[in-house]
Amino acid sequence: MTAPVTAKSTGAVSCHVCGLLVSGRYIAEHSADCPRCDAVLHSRKINSLSRTWALLIAAAVLYIPANVYPVLTLVSFGQSTTNTIMGGVIELAQSGQLVIAVIVFVASVFVPIFKIVALLFLVVSVQLRLKIQRRKRALLYRFTEFIGRWSMIDIFMISILIGLVKLQALATVTAGPGAIAFAAVVIITMFAAMAFDPRLIWDDEGERQ
Amino acid sequence: MEIDKDFSYTEALVACPECDLIHSVPKIREGEQGRCIRCGALLFVRHKNSLNRSLAFALTGLMFFILANMFPLLTFQLEGQSESNRLIDGAIAFWNAGYWELGIVVFISSVVAPLAVLLVLITLLLPMQLNRFPFSPQFQIRLLTHLKPWAMSEIFILGIIVAFVKLQDFADVSVGLSLIAFVLMVVATVMAYLTLDESALWSRLKEIRT
Ligand SMILES: [Zn+2]
Ligand SMILES: [Zn+2]
Repeated sequence: MTAPVTAKSTGAVSCHVCGLLVSGRYIAEHSADCPRCDAVLHSRKINSLSRTWALLIAAAVLYIPANVYPVLTLVSFGQSTTNTIMGGVIELAQSGQLVIAVIVFVASVFVPIFKIVALLFLVVSVQLRLKIQRRKRALLYRFTEFIGRWSMIDIFMISILIGLVKLQALATVTAGPGAIAFAAVVIITMFAAMAFDPRLIWDDEGERQ
Repeated sequence: MEIDKDFSYTEALVACPECDLIHSVPKIREGEQGRCIRCGALLFVRHKNSLNRSLAFALTGLMFFILANMFPLLTFQLEGQSESNRLIDGAIAFWNAGYWELGIVVFISSVVAPLAVLLVLITLLLPMQLNRFPFSPQFQIRLLTHLKPWAMSEIFILGIIVAFVKLQDFADVSVGLSLIAFVLMVVATVMAYLTLDESALWSRLKEIRT
């Protein structure tokens, strides 16, 4: 199999903002800024794998406090209920709101863990120079990048409850420290997905063994 | 595939943003799209009147954004007492409770970024509509690319729905006028994005400049 013609193999760089294809000669003679949109041109994201690793480790560590500590407390008629992320899902399910419970479970519990595992797998597969299932891995990356933001549902839900329910003795909702860790997991995994360069999945295609 | 590699920079070729494979830019018709033959990533879309329509949607979105900030999102009643909240109250509540980090995150993702996206689109497309050159299209387009992942209005709507369901268990909750405006804002913003064809944008900029 002959090596596919990529921007990199021809010495060119594709602008990550506007998509303009700029030759290596232009960059050498003029500058490394895109002639169309002024963004700094990189053939590949810089230190993609090590940055992704670092962010994934940080996210995995924070995943623990995010799930152990409460994210919100509801005080109503003198009774107080404290929820962790999972506790909130169980409470929704018990009150018969199954559809909403499933949505929150997927967004808050499944998606963060899935993102961390999927990105770890992608990084390791690139480091091991895995040659199979490139298209499926590309699809996995696209999917991971797409779903990441949806985990913010719980943070928004908490922000709405604490802003709305403040009737002193009758009913008050307060946020818990788990919410900070949880938001950090979501944001750090978003940065991890942005740090990973999907072109690395394809870079050794067609190379001689 | 034969590719002419002798270029300084070119719009006749495009490298897939997700796998770097070079494709020559085909003549596709309006309403059609082109995908990478190797990894399946979306490479090109063509829309009819892309820039006009995108501008119209962005202006509509801005109008609904303003409306969404004028009225309550949700109103909550318990034992004759009631409370309602506006869009920015969530961020303020986090801030006041000492969770300032979360206050900032919520403020950026539900208020600043969605508004900024609309304003950037309008300040980019409105001058072009009037045959003027926007103040810095390069900067504006780069800003748009970086803002996009942090504007989370559509996720905020789901957050409202979950909050609504949770409150229903012990109080009377009703939907405010702003929620409807907010949903319409999200629809308009998504449409503004979907109709925006960046290559049409660059070629129109070139026309205006000359
Ligand atoms: Zn560019
Ligand atoms: Zn591709």
